[in-house]
Amino acid sequence: MHAKGDPQPGRNIVRALVRTRESAIFLALVLLMTVIGIAAPNFLGAGNLYLVSRQISFVAIVALGELFVILTGGIDLSVGSVMALAGMGAAYAMTIGVPPPYAVLLGILVGLVMGAVNGALVAYVGIAPFIVTLGMLSFASGLVLGLTKGWPITDVPASFLPIAQGSFLGLPIPVWIAVAIAVLAHVALSTTAFGRRTYAIGGNEQATFLSGIDVKRIKFFLYLIPAACASIAGIILVARFNSAQADTGKGWELDAIAAAVIGGTSLAGGSGSVLGVLIGACIMGIIKNGLVLMRVSSYWQTAIIGIIIVLAAVLDRAKRRA
Amino acid sequence: MTAPLLEMRHVSKSFPGVRALDDVSFAVGPGEVVGLLGENGAGKSTLMKILAGVHRADAGEIVWDGKRTAFRSIHQAQEAGVTLIFQELSNCPNLKAIENLFLGREIFRGRSPFLDDAAMRRKALELFEYLDVRIDLDVEVRLLSTAVQQMIEIAKALLTNVKLLVMDEPTSSLTDRETSRLFKVIRELKQRGVSVVFISHKLSEVFEITDRIAVLRDGRNAGEVDAKTGTMEELINRMVGRELGSRAARVGSAVPGLEVLRVEGLSGPPVVKDVSFNLRKGEILGFAGLIGAGRTEMARILFGAAKKTGGRVLLEGKEVRIGSPRDAVALGIAYLPEDRKVQALVLPMNVRENLTLAVHRVLRRFRAFLGRKKEEELTDSYVSSLRIRIATREQVVNDLSGGNQQKVVIAKWLATRPRILILDEPTRGIDVAAKAEVHRIVSDLASQGVSIILISSELPEILALSDRVLVMHEGRVKTVLEKDQATQQTIMSAALVADGVVVRA
Ligand SMILES: Nc1ncnc2c1ncn2[C@@H]1O[C@H](COP(=O)(O)OP(=O)(O)OP(=O)(O)O)[C@@H](O)[C@H]1O
Ligand SMILES: [Mg+2]
Repeated sequence: MHAKGDPQPGRNIVRALVRTRESAIFLALVLLMTVIGIAAPNFLGAGNLYLVSRQISFVAIVALGELFVILTGGIDLSVGSVMALAGMGAAYAMTIGVPPPYAVLLGILVGLVMGAVNGALVAYVGIAPFIVTLGMLSFASGLVLGLTKGWPITDVPASFLPIAQGSFLGLPIPVWIAVAIAVLAHVALSTTAFGRRTYAIGGNEQATFLSGIDVKRIKFFLYLIPAACASIAGIILVARFNSAQADTGKGWELDAIAAAVIGGTSLAGGSGSVLGVLIGACIMGIIKNGLVLMRVSSYWQTAIIGIIIVLAAVLDRAKRRA
Repeated sequence: MTAPLLEMRHVSKSFPGVRALDDVSFAVGPGEVVGLLGENGAGKSTLMKILAGVHRADAGEIVWDGKRTAFRSIHQAQEAGVTLIFQELSNCPNLKAIENLFLGREIFRGRSPFLDDAAMRRKALELFEYLDVRIDLDVEVRLLSTAVQQMIEIAKALLTNVKLLVMDEPTSSLTDRETSRLFKVIRELKQRGVSVVFISHKLSEVFEITDRIAVLRDGRNAGEVDAKTGTMEELINRMVGRELGSRAARVGSAVPGLEVLRVEGLSGPPVVKDVSFNLRKGEILGFAGLIGAGRTEMARILFGAAKKTGGRVLLEGKEVRIGSPRDAVALGIAYLPEDRKVQALVLPMNVRENLTLAVHRVLRRFRAFLGRKKEEELTDSYVSSLRIRIATREQVVNDLSGGNQQKVVIAKWLATRPRILILDEPTRGIDVAAKAEVHRIVSDLASQGVSIILISSELPEILALSDRVLVMHEGRVKTVLEKDQATQQTIMSAALVADGVVVRA
């Protein structure tokens, strides 16, 4: 028995679009941009949009990685300090003469090691992700501070800077990197067995295991993804600021998780999408920028963002009931 | 009938893509036990959920105790005297038996906010004594068997001040012994003037316990059958809308095939002890025994889902190591677990995704990508061959009726084209027509050379399908009966008697 054909396919598509989970938050995003655009006219200026989009792309990259583990009902709290560690690693390699491309790979590798430790502890030792990654958050940031004694690494080669400061077709390079990662993530989640199994684990881990799927192995690999994404973001930030700072990435785990949640990702696992996370990251970034432009004191900014996060969850809940 | 206690008039309800109920009327008199029957997806659970305030009807009205009402929540319905025992277990697996029993109905010390544990314990013991089940009140319910959990649900309902008790397939995982105890309880409730709606796919039970049987077909009323004068054929005709081919008793494999599986001394904590048996190609080996006999545990060990502490498994003569379900599936072993919602289905995923979950290896292209087209073809072929009733293959399995969910799970395992298929209560909660289909499918698979282990609490099912019947008792193999020796009596006496001593189940 299949649904009967609709005589008006055009309207059907519109209806299907409205029915997707992302439609509500997309609408919220548009509304938000309109309101901010009216309240702070310079928001829609080309210069400002350029900067906002670049800022958003960093959060988006980290949040996309976070999405993978959240889909299984897990979490990665260590992304912020992994950003710093990977950035530091890449910067250090460059200062001792490693060519930038290899330095970047090295930085990512450092991040992946951290991710592998997370993954092994979660998947094979069976410790709760919250605890494992909380430990890693502390460990990795301590490692950065210990190794650098808190000093930044500054003289990175000029040839490295364009990955954050350059632009292509009028858009900042980091935006292109975020888009590339988003496309990869979307393909991985929606067309591969790996992606399907990721959702399945979040939906019912026991049933997935009893279907003959190596749940532990998948979980292990999943924790590499937020680490890799955080590393990439951390390394680009080095180019953005011309230096590697020990406190880069501090608090970013919360921004990334918030972007995912605003985008409709369920912390219980099993539901969430790349598109949702991207919209979530945009909402976060635009609100932050809008509040600055509207000269809201930074004290109040965090309070307002808190409200937005909860509002988004309420909206999503209402949408799902409908 | 005197003035009815409940009257549901012209009730309709649609879900996206499905018209679940279409102008259905249903009435229950005081002290009456009414059967509500129909095929999987006929709308029985939906009708009762509307009554209990879980769903809201699109049209129609409910008259309760002479007044027009529409309960807004389960809680409100319960206050008014309507209690529903859900088809799917609805307990908190992490809480103890006693905590579940009193969840929401806690007994306090006087007016203080403190719980009166002693009083609850007394009450619980009394209640389980009455129901004649032995339960350790301090065990987390997730560790209890499905049957025991179901008895807890029943006990929970008895704690409310109930005028109408709706039981949605309460016996689906009970053995005869517990069922007969439940029936005693129902008769006593009836004496006290309590009305009961009884939903089941076990037709003989329905005739035994009800006064009158209302039938739904495809979301519409399909008449009634008098439980005293009506016949099984009449009931089936109303449910299915056509004559059902007579239940094909299996002829059995004429030539016993070669040995495919040999299990030697299999043991695993806490129940399974030293289990040995063999299984031939194309054979159906029935596993009988009481609840707690260790049949499911044995299957889980064999499938690599539970820990093995001793013994060997030989597949076609070669010893194999099965450390996880993944190993088992790779060796061509499939296991259909007894609790579909907890162990088999990913509820938020759709039919297609669930059905193909165990065959990614086959569907994958370039070792990574799932071919959507192939997935759809596979899904469609099983949906039609097992006659799974769904709106589209993208429908979320959580929204399917219980029986159709079970069919999705069966399809998922058939899709792996197993050599050895372990079925744990494969027809739990599925209707007569579907059951006959499943039986036919199981027979066909056996004649195609698939070896089958059939665990079932329904003896007629075991007797109809098995070539041999293995009886387990307290984790050990009690006896293996050849087809011609296996009868209800020989099996039951083997299952009940331990070394000449009669024990309570
Ligand atoms: N929440 C829901 N969303 C969408 N469809 C639903 C929902 N609940 C039930 N349905 C559909 O409504 C129809 C009737 O389902 P219902 O559960 O009432 O059947 P049933 O008679 O209880 O069957 P069974 O014997 O298998 O339990 C089915 O086609 C089912 O797929
Ligand atoms: Mg039902």
